[in-house]
Amino acid sequence: MTLAIRLSAVGKDYPHFVLKDIDLAVPEGQVMGLIGPNGAGKSTTLRILMGLVHQDRGQVEVLGRAMPAEQTIAKRDVGFVSEDMRLYKSATLAWHMAFIASIYPEWDAKYAEVLVKRFGLRKDQKVGRLSHGERVKATLLLVLARRPRLMVLDEPTTGLDPVARHEVLSSLMEAVTDEHRTILFSSHNTTDIEQISDQITFIDRGHIVESGDKELFLDRWRRVRLEIEPGVALPVLPDVVSTVGSGRLSIVTTSNYDDAMSDAWRTAGARVFAVEPMTLEEIFVARVVNSRAPEAA
Amino acid sequence: MADGRPMYLQLIEQVRQRVAIGDWPSGHELPSIRELAAELSVSVITIKRAYLELEREGVIVTRHGRGSFVADTNVVMPDRFNRDLDRHLEAAARLAAQLGIDPETLELRLRDATNALTQDVSS
Repeated sequence: MTLAIRLSAVGKDYPHFVLKDIDLAVPEGQVMGLIGPNGAGKSTTLRILMGLVHQDRGQVEVLGRAMPAEQTIAKRDVGFVSEDMRLYKSATLAWHMAFIASIYPEWDAKYAEVLVKRFGLRKDQKVGRLSHGERVKATLLLVLARRPRLMVLDEPTTGLDPVARHEVLSSLMEAVTDEHRTILFSSHNTTDIEQISDQITFIDRGHIVESGDKELFLDRWRRVRLEIEPGVALPVLPDVVSTVGSGRLSIVTTSNYDDAMSDAWRTAGARVFAVEPMTLEEIFVARVVNSRAPEAA
Repeated sequence: MADGRPMYLQLIEQVRQRVAIGDWPSGHELPSIRELAAELSVSVITIKRAYLELEREGVIVTRHGRGSFVADTNVVMPDRFNRDLDRHLEAAARLAAQLGIDPETLELRLRDATNALTQDVSS
């Protein structure tokens, strides 16, 4: 398995924020979503990957190149999109396209035209007059048409209306029809991440809480509704993340549901009303709350 | 595509339906995993999982390097749907028992549900 991105024990110290021991591996051909609250360290991690911020500790490899040492070579094949990307306000989109095309020989002019149409952009428009959504799409177009092997996107769908969001997500998925292309993107919109990611990483307070296969997350986490007679205690089971009770009703959240758990509850005298799948957002919140206060589980 | 159930289950059901109503006859080639992922803007892993499940159920067969195809449906589908139905009926019976609903009432409610569906289809 070829890795497009590998971070081992990466750390960075700021006066008020510390990025601790980040281990992250993104295999080639995969879409990985980085989920975390504001200030969790998502942007810092992505900037380290791009060589824009230098780590204080640990190794970073992007497309097999050590970062930041070999960033000039690595970045020819990497596209980065973030909110603070600098475009020239007084220049048109066409000017930007020609500029990028002159730097990157892989520039696919035909595909760029397709994207201009699909994104509803106008090439003669000055970038300074674009709306937020148009600017995001323009930035993304300038990256997509280079056909980079790796795309690193910091909050690409934040602030987009539903139509623009759909246009952006579908063009990302179109890019990975080539199984040698990889995407790493951050978001606090878990719906977007749930929709297009193969791998998910939860990040909170400067460290990685959990990282893994999306389908496994969705498969294993369950919310179970139980009715318990007064005086009956639920058995202590492994992988129970939280138990919230009110009256006779208890809601148990588990990170690794198994039918044997329901059997154990029934044996203990509880009635199992429902075993419900959870959304990625619910899983994320449960996981982060649990990791912040592990003793309370 | 968003009805609250996991995406891979929705996909499985859509493929099953297409096969059941004959839209996709046996031998019909399914889109490749990455093609379908792009078309639906859904992650590759989700499509992969749905295909694996459909394969396990015998709805489709995957020939390595050649793609996925609808299996010989005449053999598989009625059996498959019947097992599905049994499972749902069992779940309904269990739920009814938990709620203290007697079998006669459950039968009535099943009939109501059937009637409602028939009206839905005809309207």
